[in-house]
Order: sequence, then C-alpha cells, then structure tokens
Amino acid sequence: MIEVVNLCKSFGDNQVLKNISTTIKKGEKVVIIGPSGSGKSTFLRCLNCMEDPTSGSIIFGGVDIADPKVDINVHRQKMGMVFQHFNLFNNKTVIENIMMAPVHVATKKLKKQKRANLLKKLHLKKGAPEAIDTSVQEIKAHAREKAIELLKRIGLEDKADAYPSSLSGGQKQRVAIIRSLAMDPDVILFDEPTSALDPEMVGEVLDLMKDLADQGMTMVVVTHEMGFAKEVGTRILFMDEGTILEEGTPEEFFGNPKTERSKDFLSKVLI
Amino acid sequence: MNGFIFKVEKFLDILLNKGGYKEVLTGLQNTMIIAVAGLLIGIVIGTLIATVRVMPKYKATVRAMDKFCSFYVGLFRGTPMVVQLLVFYYVMLPLLGLKMSSVLVAITVFGLNSGAYISEIMRGGILSVDPGQMEGGRSVGLSYGTTMMKIVIPQAVKNILPTMGNEFIALVKETSVVSFVGAKDLYLAFQSIGSGTYEFMVPYLAMAIIYIVIVCLITVLIRIMERRLSKSDRSR
Ligand SMILES: Nc1ncnc2c1ncn2[C@@H]1O[C@H](COP(=O)(O)OP(=O)(O)OP(=O)(O)O)[C@@H](O)[C@H]1O
Ligand SMILES: [Mg+2]
Repeated sequence: MIEVVNLCKSFGDNQVLKNISTTIKKGEKVVIIGPSGSGKSTFLRCLNCMEDPTSGSIIFGGVDIADPKVDINVHRQKMGMVFQHFNLFNNKTVIENIMMAPVHVATKKLKKQKRANLLKKLHLKKGAPEAIDTSVQEIKAHAREKAIELLKRIGLEDKADAYPSSLSGGQKQRVAIIRSLAMDPDVILFDEPTSALDPEMVGEVLDLMKDLADQGMTMVVVTHEMGFAKEVGTRILFMDEGTILEEGTPEEFFGNPKTERSKDFLSKVLI
Repeated sequence: MNGFIFKVEKFLDILLNKGGYKEVLTGLQNTMIIAVAGLLIGIVIGTLIATVRVMPKYKATVRAMDKFCSFYVGLFRGTPMVVQLLVFYYVMLPLLGLKMSSVLVAITVFGLNSGAYISEIMRGGILSVDPGQMEGGRSVGLSYGTTMMKIVIPQAVKNILPTMGNEFIALVKETSVVSFVGAKDLYLAFQSIGSGTYEFMVPYLAMAIIYIVIVCLITVLIRIMERRLSKSDRSR
C-alpha cells in the first residue's frame, strides 16, 4: 500500500531521517516507537508529504507522491492523519468539521463536470456532455447523513452542532478520527494520538482505534502506549537517530529485543 | 453667550432653510462611500498580500511576489495619504491619460492605502492562528488556498476585528483630506456653509460632532460583530 524507498529528510544541516526503506501492506497495523527526537513524527509526516522528503520516494497507490509535480491533495484524501493536538477546525461545528472535506471534494468535481459540459455544448471541447446525476444540495445531504452515522458510532451525535472548544480532549480526538474516516481513507496515520490527553480519556480513544483495527483499517501509529502496541500492532518499527534500528512482530520485539538501544528503551518505558 | 446662540441660529437657518443640509448630506455620503469602499478594497488587497507574505517561500514566483508585496506595503505606509492623493490625481492620471471623478480617485487611493495597512494587520492575524489548523486542513486533502480561505482567515479575522475597527475609524477620519483633489466630503460641506457667512465656529463644531457620532456608531457595530463571531468560543 505504501512503499518507502530510500527516504531522507533534513532540516537545514540536521539530517533527521537517514535512508529509510520499508513497505506497509494493506491491513497492517504498524506501530512506530523510539526515543524522543529519533524522527518518528518526521517519518510519519513524510508519508503524506506534510513534510517534503529531501530525497527518496513514497509510492502510494502506484504513484510516487514525493514527486512535487503530483497533486498531493488528491492522495491525502485517501491517507487520513490524526494529530497529537487534534487540529479540529475551531471555526466550524463538529459536523461541519466532518463534512468539510467530503463536500469540498465532491462539489469541486461537480463544478469541473459542469464546466466541461458547458465547453462541450459550446463546441469548444469534443464529446457529448455527460449526464450529471447530483447537485450541491444532494452532496451536502449525503455528507451530513454519513457524518451523523459516524458521530453515532462514537456516541457523540448530540454534539453535532457544538464547536470543538466545548468538547473534552478525548471527544475532540475521537471527532478528529472520524473526520479522517469521512474521506474513506485507505490508511490512517496517527501521531501520538493520546499524548495530549488526560489519563482518564486515553482509553476511549484507544478503544476507537482498536475498533478501526478490527475492521481491517491499515494504520501507522506513533505512540508511547506499549499496551496498545502489543495488543493491536502487527509490526513494530523501532526508530533511533533517524533510522529503523529494529523491526518485528510485537512478540519478537517485546519478547526478545535484539539491540542494546531497544533493550535500553524498553527497560525505561516498561516499568 | 447671546452671540453664540445667534451664531447657532444663523447656522441652522442656512442648514435648514437655505439648502445647507443638502451639502452636508452629500458630504456625509461621500465621506462614508470613500471610507467604506476604501475599506472593502483594502480588505481584498490586504488579504491577498497577507496570504502571499505568509506562503512558504520554496518557489521563485512566490519569492518574487513577496518582494513586490513588501515594496507595495513600504511605499504606501511610507508616504502621507495627502501625497498619495495628489500624486495619483495630478501625476498618475495625466500620465496614463485617464479621467476619473474626484470621489473615484479618493476611493482608489484609500483602497490602495488601506490595503497596505490591512495586509500587515491580516498577516499578524494569520500568524496568530495555530499552525495546526492549516495542517488539519491539508491532512484531509484540502488545498493550501482552500484551507487558508475557509479555516485560517476566518479565525484570523476574528482575532483582528478590533484592530480592523480602528483601521476603519482611521480611514473615516482621514477622508477629511480628500478635498485636496476636489472630492466633496463633510469638511468641504461645512467649509462652504461657513464661508457663505464668514462664520466658521458653529459649522466646524457641528462637523466635529458628526465625526464623533460616526466613530461611536462604528465602535458599537464592531462590538456587535465581535460578539457574533465569538460564538465558536462559547462552551455549551
Ligand atoms: N520543522 C522542523 N524544523 C527543524 N527541525 C525539526 C523540525 N521538525 C523536527 N525537527 C527535528 O527533527 C528531529 C526529529 O524530530 P521528530 O519530531 O521527528 O522526533 P520524534 O521522534 O517524533 O520525537 P518525539 O517523541 O519527541 O515526538 C528533532 O531533532 C527535531 O528537532
Ligand atoms: Mg513526535
């Protein structure tokens, strides 16, 4: 699904990612762990080109999305991302947050179709006008329906018209997760989704993530939650100083870490 | 005291019975048209410039546009409004062979000028919005421009509304120089009433009061808008 080939990333003189290659297959739950500053976030953010890779390729859906000529927005629609600080749109209600991207993408497509049809009618473009079977209202109604369905799934349908500022951290993060689900992504990237939460809210977010995992969603998760890594992860990537130092199944990695660095790291986090 | 009352009566007579109110209304109308149209043009120009100035500077075209915008802002902030009006009216128009009414000239110059000031206000506003908002928009596949227009700028506007109110008030006050290019504003209206009788005390006092009332009204209007826009901050 995602093939990372010789990925390098530098900020100025600081080389943060050093020639990383790996492949993430459909349905995998890849958990990335490692010490602070090892480049976990940077790696994750390179996967959807939130950070432009300095060199190397990210092949997603058969296209190298690291190529600046590619329209990255189209590919990001199929690659959700969940942030440590939620990043919900503060000026939009909960339901608007969820509907925004689907509505925008569909109306943009509709406008393009209408424009093409107009050109064809004026004989400025070849071909017969295509039939248009939808309208902006219909697109919105459909997106709303889907958003409400998603909100019901997390039990927050009564918060549909509330603004994010009135939600708890756990609620915000769950809304952020379903916001990315609204685009029907092929994979979701999580960057420490529970690190900014009060301890009593971590569970509800992890439960939702487990739920997604059970339904077969492909996930790449940077986290310090070792319990989640063991239970849900199908593969652990241990990063250190900009490289993937070690990888394996949770049993292999937690049961029998191979390198000094990973042993040291685990002894610190697993107390 | 009697003298003052006599002057007031004379002023009211000219104002009400000799058609002075028409001049005042035209003046008021022009003053407000110039200030409001200038503000609107300024908002459009200012937002565009601010967007260019906060864009990531990878591409040469963006860097070139940024240079131009910073030159523009420097030019309009570095010279007095009167000078801009005079240069536009007496230098630019003849050179370009164009004819424009005084009010239109004033609107154009006020728009260009406030665009420079508003771009700086807007830039500050955009930078005050959490960068996570842009990332959130980009992560769901919205373009830079769409996220900017629909997510970041609305929040920036909310943050800068009080400053924008001040800019509008400043614009209203600065319209009092448009008579330099012959636009009939409030000042010119009262000046002409006064010069009919060589009696300026009451007309200019009345003018000052009108300006104060306008500024107070704008202040109230901004308050109301702020309250409306802050609805997304309220918890419920
Ligand atoms: N935008 C940036 N500009 C400059 N340097 C950066 C930037 N982002 C990250 N870095 C640097 O890259 C290195 C790796 O950062 P990164 O955030 O990827 O680490 P991390 O493994 O996610 O750490 P943490 O567990 O603390 O989140 C750090 O040294 C950091 O200072
Ligand atoms: Mg990080």
